[in-house]
Amino acid sequence: MIVPRPLTLLASAYAVAIFGFIFLPVIVLALFSLQASSLPIPPFTGPSLRWYLAVINDPRLVSGLTNSLIVAVMSSVLSALLGFLAAWGFARHVLPGSRILRGLIMLPLAVSYLIIGMGLLTFFNQIGVAKSLAAAAIGHVVINLPLCFAIIYSQMGDHQVNIERAARDLGAGEWQVMLLVTAPMLWPAIFAGFFLSMTFSWDEFIIAFLLTRFETTLPVEIWNLLRSGLNPKTNAAGSLVFIVSILFAIVAELVVFRRRS
Amino acid sequence: MSSVRARAWLLIGPAVAWTVLFFILPLAAMVVVSLQDHANGGWTLANYRQFFTDPNYFQAMVNSLEVTAWVTIVSLLLAYPFAWILAEIVPERWQRLALMLAVLPFWTSYIVRSYSWLLVLAERGVVNDAMTAMGLVDEPLRLANTRFATVVGFTHFFVMLLTLTIFANLKQLNPNYRRAAADLGAGRLAMFFHVILPLTAPGIVVGCFLTFVIAMGDYITPQILGGNNELLMSQLVMMQIGRRGDFPLASALSLILMGVVTAGYLLSARWLKLERA
Repeated sequence: MIVPRPLTLLASAYAVAIFGFIFLPVIVLALFSLQASSLPIPPFTGPSLRWYLAVINDPRLVSGLTNSLIVAVMSSVLSALLGFLAAWGFARHVLPGSRILRGLIMLPLAVSYLIIGMGLLTFFNQIGVAKSLAAAAIGHVVINLPLCFAIIYSQMGDHQVNIERAARDLGAGEWQVMLLVTAPMLWPAIFAGFFLSMTFSWDEFIIAFLLTRFETTLPVEIWNLLRSGLNPKTNAAGSLVFIVSILFAIVAELVVFRRRS
Repeated sequence: MSSVRARAWLLIGPAVAWTVLFFILPLAAMVVVSLQDHANGGWTLANYRQFFTDPNYFQAMVNSLEVTAWVTIVSLLLAYPFAWILAEIVPERWQRLALMLAVLPFWTSYIVRSYSWLLVLAERGVVNDAMTAMGLVDEPLRLANTRFATVVGFTHFFVMLLTLTIFANLKQLNPNYRRAAADLGAGRLAMFFHVILPLTAPGIVVGCFLTFVIAMGDYITPQILGGNNELLMSQLVMMQIGRRGDFPLASALSLILMGVVTAGYLLSARWLKLERA
């Protein structure tokens, strides 16, 4: 559509305003993470790396970071694996009630994390399972399995059936077909599911908060830090999380999207 | 044949079993627990009755719905023109970059994002600092720890989300509709209100539904930004297990919250179908 010039100017101003709104908190966060004094509010007294050193030297934050990575990797591997197996099963076999079963697997997507976490907490409480990182990882699989399943299932096409058939004709067993033919063909979808699960699990708070106790994940540790009020150390921790997440995104961009194009 | 079927069950079995064991059973456990008397044991409907009879509890649901309504409306009004500009005015080769930029801040942890808004809106934060310096206000305004702050924190996230769904929708529009409308003499405004807006309704409904589900269940944003002046439903649920360890009441309130969200889902699904017909 051809847009007249005054409208273009107005549109540019509007877009800049919205970008400003979107970026404002992140810029304030990053700027005051370099604050030299001990309150992250104006006037700016930095730059100083004092609070980054404080974060790196905080054993709770460092263990939180390690725990978050462990929970994210464990739950994402499991989500991608279960999602792939289920997607393959549904795409290649006709089963009675498969529509209902697919709906069942997708169902957790429509329920708040808070409710999923409360349910698991109540359930584990009833059957006597203690709070732990593993419990949080179980919860993260519940929220990420539907995503992995949906992504991988959507990429299961008919052209792959013929290639699988060819492999079987050439004498490949069923598991060989899956491992050597189907999985490599679906690698981008499997990786996309795995990667999306990683980012969701890495950032997830409420389930981890409800299901862990002493050893916990980074978002929960940051939450504990927040209770001390406004503190440049929280800014520094938040900025570091931001940098790590951006690195995730760049890796995903390079591995998944470059391959496709 | 039966071995083929057995193999199929072997493939989908783990995912189905996981969902039943760690999603369906926990929900069932909540239903059972919600019907128990916290103090004396035994079966009771008191936990549900408490929600409907205690005005403080019921008010939390009203607050949640009000905040969510505000967030949805404001986000939609801000996001629609933004998505339209990204899809129609920004040149094609810059669109991907513009979208990536718009999503960039959301790579921070969402706890950190709420905390950042607290910094921005604090009594001596950058907004008050700037407004005092410009002489717009004499005294710093009380922005943080209010419903306003909660709405701002939510809106920040949902403007991004709605921009993505509406942008995707706008890009999928068949250009022939516009050509046809132009041929039939539609002006710019008529084309927007009679052609483009109705055709992007599905993107709007999907975005609004996601906003509704996420905002109704979120605990962090109201807890960090809203202060303790009023409680939302999620905060009320968390309060029951925090201090008092009242699982029956927490379960009942969770299930009521889930019921309201599900009702919202059914309504919007129905509306979507009507749109398509």
